[in-house]
Amino acid sequence: MDPAIFLIQCLNAVQYGLLLFLVASGLTLIFGIMGIINLAHGSFYMVGAYMAFALQPLIAQHLGAGFIATLLACVALATLMGYFLEWAFYSFLYHRDHLQQVLMTYGLILVFEELRTLIIDNDVHGVPLPDWLQGSIPLGDVMTYPSYRLFISAVCILVAGLMYWVLARTRLGMMIRAGSSNREMADSLGIDINRLFRIVFAIGVALAALAGAVAAPVSSVYPGMGNAVLIICFVVVVIGGIGSIRGAFVAAMLVGFVDTFGQVFFPAAAGVMVYLLMAAVLLFRPEGLFRQG
Amino acid sequence: MTQALLSARNITRRFGGLTAIDDVSLELKRGAVHAVIGTNGAGKSTLVSVLAGELAPDAGSILLRDQDVTAWSQPRRAQAGMGRSYQRTTIFPSLTVHENCRIAAQARHQHFWRWHSAARHCRASNDAADRALAQAGLDKERERVAGLLSHGGKRQLEIAMSLATCPDVLLLDEPLAGMGAEETGRMLALMSFLKADHAILLIEHDMDAVFRISDEITVMVNGAVIAHGDPQSIRNDTQVQTAYLGEEAA
Amino acid sequence: MHINLRTLLPLTALIGAAALLPLTLSDYYTGLTIKIMIYALFALSLQLLVGGVGLASLGHAAFFGIAAYFVALFAPESGAGNMFWLLPGAMLGAMIYAGLTGALALRTRGIYFIMVTLAFAQMAYYVFHDTSVGGGTDGIYLYFRPELRLGGLVLLNIDNPYVFYLFTLACLLLTWAFLAMLMRSRYGAALTGICVNEQRMRAAGFSTYGYKLVAYIVAGGLAGVAGFLYAAKDGFVNPELLAWEQSGLVLLMVILGGTGRLWGAILGAVALTLLQELFQSQALLGDFATHWHLPFGLAIIALVALLPRGLAGLPELRRSRPNKGKATPAAPVL
Repeated sequence: MDPAIFLIQCLNAVQYGLLLFLVASGLTLIFGIMGIINLAHGSFYMVGAYMAFALQPLIAQHLGAGFIATLLACVALATLMGYFLEWAFYSFLYHRDHLQQVLMTYGLILVFEELRTLIIDNDVHGVPLPDWLQGSIPLGDVMTYPSYRLFISAVCILVAGLMYWVLARTRLGMMIRAGSSNREMADSLGIDINRLFRIVFAIGVALAALAGAVAAPVSSVYPGMGNAVLIICFVVVVIGGIGSIRGAFVAAMLVGFVDTFGQVFFPAAAGVMVYLLMAAVLLFRPEGLFRQG
Repeated sequence: MTQALLSARNITRRFGGLTAIDDVSLELKRGAVHAVIGTNGAGKSTLVSVLAGELAPDAGSILLRDQDVTAWSQPRRAQAGMGRSYQRTTIFPSLTVHENCRIAAQARHQHFWRWHSAARHCRASNDAADRALAQAGLDKERERVAGLLSHGGKRQLEIAMSLATCPDVLLLDEPLAGMGAEETGRMLALMSFLKADHAILLIEHDMDAVFRISDEITVMVNGAVIAHGDPQSIRNDTQVQTAYLGEEAA
Repeated sequence: MHINLRTLLPLTALIGAAALLPLTLSDYYTGLTIKIMIYALFALSLQLLVGGVGLASLGHAAFFGIAAYFVALFAPESGAGNMFWLLPGAMLGAMIYAGLTGALALRTRGIYFIMVTLAFAQMAYYVFHDTSVGGGTDGIYLYFRPELRLGGLVLLNIDNPYVFYLFTLACLLLTWAFLAMLMRSRYGAALTGICVNEQRMRAAGFSTYGYKLVAYIVAGGLAGVAGFLYAAKDGFVNPELLAWEQSGLVLLMVILGGTGRLWGAILGAVALTLLQELFQSQALLGDFATHWHLPFGLAIIALVALLPRGLAGLPELRRSRPNKGKATPAAPVL
């Protein structure tokens, strides 16, 4: 394989893996901390993308601001939405068993899809690349790589770094880690568990929505995008071990590489490679590569 | 000197950095109750799990009638004659007492391919269940819904279920937990009766009961054995007294 | 629950009424009833896993779809295929996939199991959706309903809608009877034990993994029967049959119908299909009927929240003291 092509595929794999990590970390955080399995998590990814599509012209027109402002607006709106959803719906799921959570969030997916159809529409859309990111970076003599894809990776790395910093160095992060390992202890230490859960959930939603928004110009905005990413995220979480952020990162990168290079070497069986990877992990480590704790 | 039915040699088990069981050896002989006592976290429940086959040891071997069963799964060991009762009751609450034992007894008469014949007509498992219930003293309660039994009754059923498969070795994990004086007496009488035909391992916190019923005692602290012998010598062992029984017992 | 005179009479009356129903219904409603029966069979196959063993699979549609595709792919285009080998073939295809994926999926528990079964179903969906195996997203057609032939003799032809209706009803009843027999056998009793407390069963000496795998394969095979009937009904098969929405729907049918009784699955299939019909009815909702996913999703959320034991568990809920000392089956026996 030509080294430049190899580099391009590696960059693609990393970019895809990082996006998956953003969405999967939200999923695993919500499950690890709050014990809720949320089938509708993919819908937040879809919501982020549709928000980017809907808001981008409005922000450009009324605020004269560019893409970054759109992204920030999506994140802010998604955070608010997540905060509200936890209060209105998800807080009722804590005491239900996982199966009921699965089925209730399944119903929620249907509601989200239909609301999206009513508020925006059912069509496929594109989101235009911002001017300053429309170019390409040269790689070697002949090949180039789109700047926007590098931007995606950069945003994901930034957010991942931010997440690490919050979890490891701030009081909020400490409370999150305490809440995940021992709920009653955290409660008795005076940490307001309800507010903590609401914040964690909002963060999870924001992560997924940001991933959807930043990926939108490249992947386009279409109705089934949420469900497609959800199932891959489940595979990431199964491989990485549920509740483990580190596991989600390693697994997401693995999936990114297997999927990208799988498409290169076995184009006919492309999408199946990821599931074969999952099957292989299940053979040897049914609890995932990094168990929680 | 009777031959050991179950022999555990140099068992070690770690969880990450914690050594839960450190080089523990013991033997179970038919006709004897071998109690294992120790403070909380001494590794007793882990030891039972390793012996039963639920956990694999990191080092050491387990022999059942001189056969090395260290690599055997729990169901396989059960088929070879190991029975186990649990600390937290593992009965089937919505079924009758008799059906609880019958399902357990069915393990020895599985015939799972005979889909057309009803389970409740299985003579062999019904007989085995009847026998186990009689041994445990629960035959009068056979039609009662298991979930409605008293706590002591449930613990009796737990023992009955482990007897239903006609094991030779019985691993009893805190069978007396939560029992009053009368129930304890009944359970001890049952164990006396059972020990003639079985090799019994007893994990218990109730010291009076342990000293009444055991033929030998192993004391564990922090995963390691600190003393082993008959009840009298254990009672007099100064190490045990300071580590476990408390200074006032000395 | 034993079959005695008390239950036999109403049961026969019910079956008789079901058999005679098409005489009173229009073609559309006959077709709808057939669809309900097919989904009831599909749900019953999942009930073996959910109610019988305690395994919640979110990928059961894979077996339904694989069987349907088998029929459409291997039936001849020039005339009716032979059910004698098409039906067992479809079941076998589903069972092979169930065996391969179940062997791996059953190494996981709880929430992992749910996710893994979903992923394996998605893999099968992908094969039919994105490759040319089954005509891709366009799907493929089954031109003639399979008939039962032995040698040159046609034993059963199901072209006639009423005959097909009765054939479907017979399949449903046979499946129900088979599962009832299975659950009261020793194998079923062992499954019950595994469902309530797998640890105790292993301690007694049952190789629980093997038992669960057999149940998974049998459930897959029975879902294959439903898939065969689905393909035969309308003659059109497309990848959406394996989509996660289908898996979720059939799981909903089982849970909302109730896992305490086998027939809970049938009840759930009836209720959910009728609910879908209701929300899609233009007569009632006018133009808004195209957005039926919205009220349907809300209804699902409400029903799951309000009916923890499903419809079959309603009588228990209404009693102030459930059970009243009577032994209830830990797993559905009828």
